[in-house]
Amino acid sequence: MKAKIFASIAVTITGAILLYAVTDFPNFGDPRSPANAGVGGGSSSASLYYIENTYRDTKVPNLVTAILADYRGYDTLFETVVIFTAGMAIFAILRVLRNEDAPSAPDPESTNRTIDGDHHRIIVGITCRIAVPLVQIFALYVVAHGHHSPGGGFQGGVMLGASFILIALSGSLRDALARFSEASYIRLASLGILIYAGVAFLPLVFGRNFVDYGALRGLLGTEGEEMARSHGIFGVELGVAFTVMAVMFAIFANLSTRGRLKGGL
Amino acid sequence: MEAFFKEAVVPHFNFWIYVIIMMIGLWSVIAKNNLIKKLIGLSIFQTAILLLYVSLGVKEGASIPIIDHHAAERSLVGDAGAINPDLIANPVPHVLMLTAIVVGVATLGVALALCQMIYKDFGTLEEDEVLQKIKALHDDV
Repeated sequence: MKAKIFASIAVTITGAILLYAVTDFPNFGDPRSPANAGVGGGSSSASLYYIENTYRDTKVPNLVTAILADYRGYDTLFETVVIFTAGMAIFAILRVLRNEDAPSAPDPESTNRTIDGDHHRIIVGITCRIAVPLVQIFALYVVAHGHHSPGGGFQGGVMLGASFILIALSGSLRDALARFSEASYIRLASLGILIYAGVAFLPLVFGRNFVDYGALRGLLGTEGEEMARSHGIFGVELGVAFTVMAVMFAIFANLSTRGRLKGGL
Repeated sequence: MEAFFKEAVVPHFNFWIYVIIMMIGLWSVIAKNNLIKKLIGLSIFQTAILLLYVSLGVKEGASIPIIDHHAAERSLVGDAGAINPDLIANPVPHVLMLTAIVVGVATLGVALALCQMIYKDFGTLEEDEVLQKIKALHDDV
């Protein structure tokens, strides 16, 4: 009770201070606000530079994708590393590697496999079996078409991970692990980082800066540096998608079984 | 009262909503005793931050931050007015929050994993009970 009173007082004071400052902020939807048009409503903000020059620099109409993977390539590289580290941290915290199954305890999956146990799963199972390939194809489309429409590595990766989680939820975790085993998701998570860091590193070989994909022009055989940047962005998005997909599934698989990767929800 | 509402609340309603949501999250982080409820509070807090950033990038009457192909091609051949920045939403907050959402989910997973280990070791997720048990362990030693 004391904690609640203290929390209410602290939150009220903090909220009052924050709300007191609100009147100094720009109006909602103001195109001349500092965030949108630079300090003092001038025209020197980063966002205006991106809007006016992104297509000329990278030939990517989706500004979000281009900024994410090219202009802010460092940021996204290490965001991906954070996701990878989170996956590995969950592995380190939860995963039980020694086999501690008591032989007398019945396997929860084998009891579910009887006709009675499976009965309630027929409609859900068949619906999901039809839905999963469609989800995955759409996810691949989201990854590959992120240059021209909303999408990219993060969104597509989450959808791919969700498709495997759907298999685990509608059937059993064993079904999902048969398609996407622990060894392969750890490998894919690392491979994603490797693809991203590799594509970002290649320009160094050609004597240019890190994440300056324009240097890949000769290697990719494109006409100008803009198209080389566009292809570099795609390579990076692919790496992000791999890592995000693998880590999302790893989180689910470990959390739902307390690290044993057996039984599950 | 009505003047205050028209001048301070309506043009800045995104900030009001963000402060209110953030304070709900902060309150539950401080006041709640259960670790899972604290995590829910943290997620609400994070949602408020996402909302703040995305609302900063909104421009009245602007569309999504994707340039249409005709305007883009015309801008390449020197038509300076082909891309009107006032009609394209600010892409920078979208980029920042896109990565923040996915990183938020991954770190939430780590937090839940830690909660599972705490429950395994102490048999409870109530903060005061966990602290009592840790204290008892230290007293034994």
